[in-house]
Amino acid sequence: VSTQNIFYTSREQLEVYKFAPLVIFVVPLLAIGMQSFIFGRFGWLAIIDLPLIVTIFFSVARRSPVSGLATGCVIGLIQDALTDHPIGVYGICKSIIGFAASSIGAKIDVDNPGSRFLMTFVFYIVHQGLFLFIMRGMVRAEVMLSWQRLLVGAVLNGIIAVILFAVLDRFKQRT
Amino acid sequence: VENVLKRHVNLVALVVVLMAQAIGLAYQIRVKRGPDDVRLIRVWTVGVIAPIEKAVVHTGDFFGDIWHNYFYLRSVRLQNERLSDENTRLRLEQVRLAEDASQAQRLKALLKFKEQYVSATLPAEVIGGSGSELSRVIYIDKGSREGLKPDMAVINATGVVGKVIRVFPTTAQVLEINDQTSGIGAILETSRLQGILKGAPTGESQLNYVMADETVKPGERVLTSGGDHIFPKGLAIGTVTSVKSGEGLFLNIRVRPAANLNRLEEVLVVTKIDERDVEAPAEGPKRAADILAERLPSVPAKPPEQPGAAAKPGTTETAKPPATTRRPVVAHEPATAATPKPASTTPGTAKPGTIGTTNVVPAGSRRAAGANEAATGTTKPKTITDTPGAATKPKLPAGTTITTPAPAAPPKGSAAPAGQKPPASDNKPPSETTPQ
Repeated sequence: VSTQNIFYTSREQLEVYKFAPLVIFVVPLLAIGMQSFIFGRFGWLAIIDLPLIVTIFFSVARRSPVSGLATGCVIGLIQDALTDHPIGVYGICKSIIGFAASSIGAKIDVDNPGSRFLMTFVFYIVHQGLFLFIMRGMVRAEVMLSWQRLLVGAVLNGIIAVILFAVLDRFKQRT
Repeated sequence: VENVLKRHVNLVALVVVLMAQAIGLAYQIRVKRGPDDVRLIRVWTVGVIAPIEKAVVHTGDFFGDIWHNYFYLRSVRLQNERLSDENTRLRLEQVRLAEDASQAQRLKALLKFKEQYVSATLPAEVIGGSGSELSRVIYIDKGSREGLKPDMAVINATGVVGKVIRVFPTTAQVLEINDQTSGIGAILETSRLQGILKGAPTGESQLNYVMADETVKPGERVLTSGGDHIFPKGLAIGTVTSVKSGEGLFLNIRVRPAANLNRLEEVLVVTKIDERDVEAPAEGPKRAADILAERLPSVPAKPPEQPGAAAKPGTTETAKPPATTRRPVVAHEPATAATPKPASTTPGTAKPGTIGTTNVVPAGSRRAAGANEAATGTTKPKTITDTPGAATKPKLPAGTTITTPAPAAPPKGSAAPAGQKPPASDNKPPSETTPQ
C-alpha cells in the first residue's frame, strides 16, 4: 500500500502545464521561420533542428500523448512543405517524437537540465533514424546519414534545448 | 471494442495519425504529376513564411546598404587602388586569353561543335531555406511573375549553385547541388572524365560513376558537362578534395563546391541558354584547315589547258616548288565553303600548337592560280617571311608565295629569324585577332 502511495504521489507531483493559444501558435511558426531563414543564409547551422526542440518542449510540458502527437504532426507537416521531400516525411517523424516525448514526460521529471539534454540527444538520433527509414523504405530515395554529423547534431541540439527550454519555461501556465 | 479504444485512446490516435500520413505519403509517391504542379500545402506554407523572410532580408539589406554606402567607407580608397592594379593585370591577361580563345574557337568550328551560351540571367536574393540539413533547398525572391520556370540553372559568381525545382508567384525553390537527391552532369577539367555529381550526407558533394582504374588527382577542377541539358557546359562546379577507391567499380571522389553554398546571399538564375554553332572569328589570322593545307603536302590543281601548249603529264609536278621551303598560297575561305581542299585537311590531323604562328592570306588569293603560275613559271613568285605574331597581312597579288621557316614555326612572341625581312605593313597589334 505504501509503495502504491509513493508512486501515486510522485506522479501527481509531475505538473501538467498549459500555454496561451498565441504561444502555441507563434512559437512553432517562429521556430520554423527562423530555421528556414538561418538555413538560407548560414547553411552550416542547419544541423540545429529548432522545430524538433519545440516539439519536444510542448509535448513534455503538456504531458498528453495526443496533444504531443498533434503538435509533432502539425510542425512536421509545415516543415515538410518547405523541403523538396514528399509531404509527410517529417510529419511522421515528429508525430512519433511528440507522442514519445509526452509519454516520457508523464513518467519522469524532465525539468532537470541534464535530463533535458539527454532526452533531446536521444530524440534527435531517433528522429534522424526515422527520417532515414522513411526516406529509404517508403520514398525509395538514396539518402544516407553521417555518423559524425549525427553525434555532433545530437550534442548541439541537446545544448540548445537546455537553453531554449529555460526560455520557454517562462510561458508555462499551471493548470 | 469500445473499452479497448477508450483504454488505449493515445495509441489509437497515434496509429490513426501515422496511417493518415503514410497513406498521404504513398499517394504522393505513386501519382506522377507534371513539374509545374505544386501542392496546396506548399503554396500556403511558402505564402506565409516567404513574405516574413523577404521583409526581414530587405529591411536588413536597407540598413546595411545605408551603413556601408554612406558611413563605413574607411577602406574604400585602399580598395580602389588595389582594384585598379588588379584591373591592369587582368587587362593584360585578357589579351592573352582572347588569343587562346580565338584558337579554341577556330578548332571547335572545325569540328562543328555546338556550344551553349548563357544569354540571359536574372539576379535573385536568397530569402530562406528548407531549414533541414537533410534537404538542401533554398528560397529566392523571384518567381513565376519574373518568368522563372522549373529546371532553370542557378549560379553565382564563383560557380554552380543548383536548379529551380518549384516556382511560386513571387518565390522559387532551388535544389542545391549538395543535396543527396540532386544530380548534375560533371566533367573533370584535366582528365576529361565524366560523372554525376551528387550531395553527400556530410553536406559535401561527391562525383559518382568514375571508374576505379582512372587517375584523378585532388585539386583538379570539376566543370559542368552540359549532358543534363540544364547547366551550360563549362561552368565551375568545384574542386576535387579527396579521391579514394570506393565500393565496387567506381572511385569515391569528394568535391568541394566552388560556390559557398553555406553562405549564399545573391544568385543568378539562368533564364535563357542559346545553342549555336561555333564560328571562327571573321578576321582571324588563319583557319586551321588552311594551316593544315599549308603544312601537308598537296596535289596542285591542274593548269588550264592552253591552246598550243603541250601539256604533258607530270609537268606540274616537276615545276612544283619544294614543300619545305615554298608553298603555294592557300585561299582564305569560310570553313563551310564547298571549294575543294586537299584530302589531307581532315580535322583529326590538326596538330595543336602549330596554329598561331602562321600568316594570314586574305580572301581573294587564289591557290590554284598562284600554284599554276609558279608551276608554269609565268610569274616570279614574291616571298614573304613567316613572321610570328603577324596578325594580318596586306593583300597579296595572285601568285604570291609564303615561305615558312622549316620545319616548324618558332614559338609565339619570338623574334623573326635573322635575315628574313618582315612585311612592310605587318605592324598591326596582335589584338586584332580577338574574336568578336
